Amino acid sequence: MEALDVARWQFGIVTVYHFIFVPLTIGLAPLVAVMQTIWTFTGKENWYRLTKFFGKLLLINFAIGVVTGIVQEFQFGMNWSEYSRFVGDVFGAPLAIEGLAAFFVESTFLGLWIFGWDRLPKKIHLACIWAVAVATNASAFFILAANSWMQHPVGAIFNEQTGRAEMVDFGAVLTNNTLVAAYTHTVASAMLVAGTFVAGVAGWLLVRAVRNSDTSLARTVYRPAALLGLVTIVIAGAGVVVSGDYQAKLMYEQQPMKMSSAEALCEGENGADFSLLTIGDLSNSCEGVQHILTLPGVTSYLGTGDFDGYLPGVEDLQTQYEEQYGEGVDYRPNLALTYWSFRLMIGFAAGSAALAVVGLWLLRRGRITDSRWFGRLCLVAIPMPFVAASFGWIFTETGRQPWVVAPNPTGVDLVWMLTADGLSTTVPVGEVLASLLTFTVLYTVLAVVWFTLMRRYAAIGVAPAASGPSSGAKPDDPGGTDGSAESESEPLSFAY
Amino acid sequence: MDLPLLWFAIIAFFWMGYLVLEGFDFGVGMLMRPLSKDDTDRRLVINTIGPVWDGNEVWLIVAGAATFAAFPEWYATMFSGFYLPLLAILAALIIRGVAFEYRGKINDDVWRARWDWAITIGSWVPAVLWGVAFANFVRGVRLDADHQMVSGFFELLSPFALLGGATTALLFALHGAIFISLKTDGQMRERAGRTAAALAGPTLVVAGGFAVWAHSAHAWTWAPVGVAAAALVGVVVATRARREGWAFTLSALTIAAVVVVIFGSLFPNVLPAINDPANSLTIANASSTDYTLTIMTWVAACLTPLILAYQGWTYWVFRKRLTTSAIPAHIGLPRKHPTKDPARS
Repeated sequence: MEALDVARWQFGIVTVYHFIFVPLTIGLAPLVAVMQTIWTFTGKENWYRLTKFFGKLLLINFAIGVVTGIVQEFQFGMNWSEYSRFVGDVFGAPLAIEGLAAFFVESTFLGLWIFGWDRLPKKIHLACIWAVAVATNASAFFILAANSWMQHPVGAIFNEQTGRAEMVDFGAVLTNNTLVAAYTHTVASAMLVAGTFVAGVAGWLLVRAVRNSDTSLARTVYRPAALLGLVTIVIAGAGVVVSGDYQAKLMYEQQPMKMSSAEALCEGENGADFSLLTIGDLSNSCEGVQHILTLPGVTSYLGTGDFDGYLPGVEDLQTQYEEQYGEGVDYRPNLALTYWSFRLMIGFAAGSAALAVVGLWLLRRGRITDSRWFGRLCLVAIPMPFVAASFGWIFTETGRQPWVVAPNPTGVDLVWMLTADGLSTTVPVGEVLASLLTFTVLYTVLAVVWFTLMRRYAAIGVAPAASGPSSGAKPDDPGGTDGSAESESEPLSFAY
Repeated sequence: MDLPLLWFAIIAFFWMGYLVLEGFDFGVGMLMRPLSKDDTDRRLVINTIGPVWDGNEVWLIVAGAATFAAFPEWYATMFSGFYLPLLAILAALIIRGVAFEYRGKINDDVWRARWDWAITIGSWVPAVLWGVAFANFVRGVRLDADHQMVSGFFELLSPFALLGGATTALLFALHGAIFISLKTDGQMRERAGRTAAALAGPTLVVAGGFAVWAHSAHAWTWAPVGVAAAALVGVVVATRARREGWAFTLSALTIAAVVVVIFGSLFPNVLPAINDPANSLTIANASSTDYTLTIMTWVAACLTPLILAYQGWTYWVFRKRLTTSAIPAHIGLPRKHPTKDPARS
């Protein structure tokens, strides 16, 4: 086995895995903050119970996102040291700023929020969860700034003397239109994940409460939560569509190979169709590929905004790239992967849309439902946007191949790098394999634990009303504590 | 202003923050089992760092990312060269972090015992390996003309490196014991205080030996060696006298001074080559451009004081000592699933 393949598998596994948990954290933190805000300002106890309930699920999820995030930062140097040498002057800055500006805030204020329930004044405690919510989103911005630069390098030049890319305009890196599109799309999809999660969990619990004849619980606690989730799906869904459309247009200009690979379009054509299904061998031989069930002109529309627009084929682009960047390299990504991941991304996201339509109808004007199949739909819908987000990343990252830093067709010369050239040169393949196995085994075990805990803590539902705000945050007490640093003997409201 | 030099100092500062703060987190995890008589004790120990451990770990992320941004060559050579130790550290930090969060989630002895091992192993492994790694940085590794590290894995386990591992393990255990004695009351405070007093002497000997051995040609690094030694002597006295606040301040100062010794000994290299000094990675040849460093300097200058302020505030909010009576009953779910799910009936 080649070290390059092992290292790529490792990067794919740990990154896709990391991004199972991250979108839920990014989206759920603001939703929990909204719940707590409603409780803080209306005093309605149902929102207190929801805050506690979804807050617990947020924490179970947050833990894995944090620990798998450290791997993300370390593995650039470990497996991709030549990439790191080439891009560090540009790519390192957003990563470092992410740590200083966002991750410190996230981790510190989450600790304050978890343990601060009985120690902090109510509004300061509320501010802590908002700090977490804003910081997780800021975090996403800086990480995507780094990733977008790999998709579409700007604000940098190639220095022949040092043989590396060097930053000349940080403002350009932060206002990269690829970043604007990717950030909007990622945050919208994270809100879609979290909205579906809240609506799915609350919807399922609502059906259960109604079937257990506890309609007041269903009406006062789960219905408002389900509606919050459903409305989030609608808004986030619109955001996903609009930003995705913008991304496709940029992709057509900036990475035409990726756009054409999304359709596995071998030869250029006007009015390229969007096929729902393709048969034949997609393994990068264009012979015998048969698109069936097509939507006329839709792929051209996605790329160009015109149903008759011209979309170059991957074969045309291959010829063009050989002239531009040298022969002997297959510049086409794995077409089967790009083609199917693009469709699966869109298809799975539609699961959230289905939940939103059905849920908003069944819960309209104060209604609740005992529909068993709605309960099932809620459960089935929850994982769908997670899967969609994973396929989105699989598409955008494998679609960039064979580049690790894709060339900017209108930008400066030589700020590009093939993935194969980014690999560490001194790490033996056995060590890379050891890390691949370590992480795969460890992550599999953790995934089982995470799923078990999420499932069980979701299934118990909100705590009974009796354990309500009495154990909540103290009323405004500016000091936060009683001023004495001596021993505390009353039990903490929260302890590990 | 010499920006690469400034960033060398800033990265040393981030490592200092990391090792001082997560140092006691590691010590707390290392000593959780031996210091505890029952599960309530263990929970008491874990909860002394409950609100802060995650924020402390971010110092590592920032130290790593700052190295990437400010010295790409250093980051690339160090992280690819120390592949297996870093892999072990990553795996340890993963199981440890998850263990804190998940340990109490299921109310079951077997479940808790497993996570306790995760905390123990997850604290010992990095406590030893950071010392091994830093000792190798100081001593130097074999680098080729392209600054690629060509030392084999077993070369990283020299006697000096192992002494480095023993030094950090002892320093962190001591630092953690003092922290527990500072943050608890009752029997735990007593036991942790005794443990700290018992650890202080051996730590002085081992860390002293390491600091003298690590100490380089620069005469000025004798100063931080002296500070570390004096602070450790102070720790010995303070732990015997059960002056926990002083003991903690001095053990933090010791670790900070050791970091100064390490980075001072590296200077002007960031990773010395033992085979041929011409191949060494230096502050000058490993750094990013002045443009990038200028931006990073502004960001760090604006944000670091804020970070120190809100992290400091966190310690202030949770400044009270904990006792076993403050530990609430278990809130975890029972081990077995409910046999029947009402919604499916």
